[in-house]
Amino acid sequence: MSHPASPNGAALAAAPHAAVEVRGLAKRYGEIEAVRGIDFDVTQGEVFGFLGPNGAGKSTTISMLCTLVRPTGGRASVAGHDVVRERDAVRRNIGLVFQDTTLDGYLTAAQNMRLHAELYGVPREAIRPRMRQVMEMVGLWDRRDSQVNTFSGGMKRRLEIARGLMHSPRVLFLDEPTVGLDPQTRASIWTYIRQLKEAEEITIFLTTHYMDEAENCDRIAIIDKGQIVVLDTPARLKEAVGKDRVQIKTDDDQAAIAALRERFGLSAQIAEGAVTFGVSAGEQFVPRLFAELGLPIRSVSVSRPSLDDVFLLHTGSTIRDAEEHPAVNRQRMMARVMGGR
Amino acid sequence: MTATPSVTAPRAAAQQQIAAVRVPAQSLRGELRAIKIVWQREMIRFTKDRLRIVTSLVQPFLFLFVLGTGLSRLASAGTHGVNLRTFVYPGVLCMAVMFIAVFSAASIVWDREFGFLREMMVAPVRRSSLVLGKCFGGATVAAFEGLILIALAGLVGVPYAPVLLLEMFGLELLLAFSITAFGVMAAARVRQMQSFMALTQMIIMPMFFVSGAMFPVSGLPTWLAILNRIDPLTYAVDPMRRAVFAHLHISNLARHVLDPGVTWFGWHVPGLLEAGMVAILGLVMLAIAIWQFARVE
Repeated sequence: MSHPASPNGAALAAAPHAAVEVRGLAKRYGEIEAVRGIDFDVTQGEVFGFLGPNGAGKSTTISMLCTLVRPTGGRASVAGHDVVRERDAVRRNIGLVFQDTTLDGYLTAAQNMRLHAELYGVPREAIRPRMRQVMEMVGLWDRRDSQVNTFSGGMKRRLEIARGLMHSPRVLFLDEPTVGLDPQTRASIWTYIRQLKEAEEITIFLTTHYMDEAENCDRIAIIDKGQIVVLDTPARLKEAVGKDRVQIKTDDDQAAIAALRERFGLSAQIAEGAVTFGVSAGEQFVPRLFAELGLPIRSVSVSRPSLDDVFLLHTGSTIRDAEEHPAVNRQRMMARVMGGR
Repeated sequence: MTATPSVTAPRAAAQQQIAAVRVPAQSLRGELRAIKIVWQREMIRFTKDRLRIVTSLVQPFLFLFVLGTGLSRLASAGTHGVNLRTFVYPGVLCMAVMFIAVFSAASIVWDREFGFLREMMVAPVRRSSLVLGKCFGGATVAAFEGLILIALAGLVGVPYAPVLLLEMFGLELLLAFSITAFGVMAAARVRQMQSFMALTQMIIMPMFFVSGAMFPVSGLPTWLAILNRIDPLTYAVDPMRRAVFAHLHISNLARHVLDPGVTWFGWHVPGLLEAGMVAILGLVMLAIAIWQFARVE
């Protein structure tokens, strides 16, 4: 990522603090520990992804960093300001895009933008040029005088991103920026996020539970059950897995798992309804598998390591299975109910 | 999808890099801007919603012209020559302002349900600025609707005396602000529109009926007299009625019966004190509303 060599950029790079600094951060809702003491730093100018199943503690963490929820333990600073003691300073320096829309549907797009600018004290003479710049970036400048209620879900999300940028935040928080959108719109949101990185001196912190989207991040923290299990670049995380993923379907999965252990020394588990295991050079292994397993195989699939495998390696379940787990879902519901104010 | 044609255009825009805006630290000026924009939003939404302007006038019209006319023959023995519509006019004025102000405050509950409240709550401004903006907005809307009713004074035999018009408008503004503050206070904790409506109906309807908006407040049975004296709305209706009756040419008997004034153990409460009570009550509720909004996360 090449930043333009402006004096502004130099000043930011020389700043002593990370964009986000988190130490032992925790949040407890009564009996439920939504976040259990996490530590990480986000470097300035980085696109940092928080990846995990629903209910893992992503939204609670982002809410604490945005000063919306008070931590019950540890500390965090954003753009150099403590999220508890310097709440307003944090708020002036961050942009927020929530999972659920927070636009006024009865106002026009431009009126929503202006309202935001006034609330954040953007200098009057800067409002219009800035509004034009950020709305052009998301392709909505031509629709600025339309009532927001007439917008599609994707347009609303883009408008919220533009609005979050209106006051030139140092850090932009995106909580599940593409959830509930169709694949094409999701892709276009990512295009805007990448362009944004080129156009602005900004750090982007986002959460997602889509594995494929996490690949767009410079670094990823995988969070599960309120804890960070691993943090690295997508490439290095995948390298660490090393093996290809093989999934087979059989009539008797338990027998297949036993047979894999006995004959090949492989430990397999059921994931997404199929017997799943990792093996190096998966394609070459498949003929051996058919010849030596001793059980009829209905179907087989081999895939290169993906972030899904990274997740599987570190948590013991795939992200989809983790989301279907009832205990986790209950926890998520509770966190929603209690944190949703 | 609408996104496709715009993908190439922003590339060019992105390269030019317009200087980032700088947001100043918290200041009084910033708070005033916040109050103003929250107020402005209420105005924009009100003027867009023409249906609301009309529908909120239906109820006062029913009370004034249908009930006022229909009951006039029944009441003629007791009104000593004064038209019933004239008598209920000040009360209906208060009622209209009250209902509209509560409805304005209800928009906070909508804002919460539709998420917009969050956009305001995360802004780097004081919660008190947001609450003030909302209260000024509700008061302005209610006072504007009240103006329409003031314009109808001639139809019910109330003269267009400049002093009276000013008095009526001032009282209206005061009442509108206080009731909006009450509504905002009630909306601070309510999450659903139905609950808010039920809650306010439960409080507003009795307040309206007990206040003496529709009957003179002297010679009431003790239980009703007590309720009437502790109803805050009484102290808005009474000065309004006094102001109107001061400009009517009617017999002393009629004045005595219809505009007796509120008494505390036989002492006539001055109109200025009554208005002052409404103002103070409004400020207290405003303070509670601010305190409540400052506490919610």
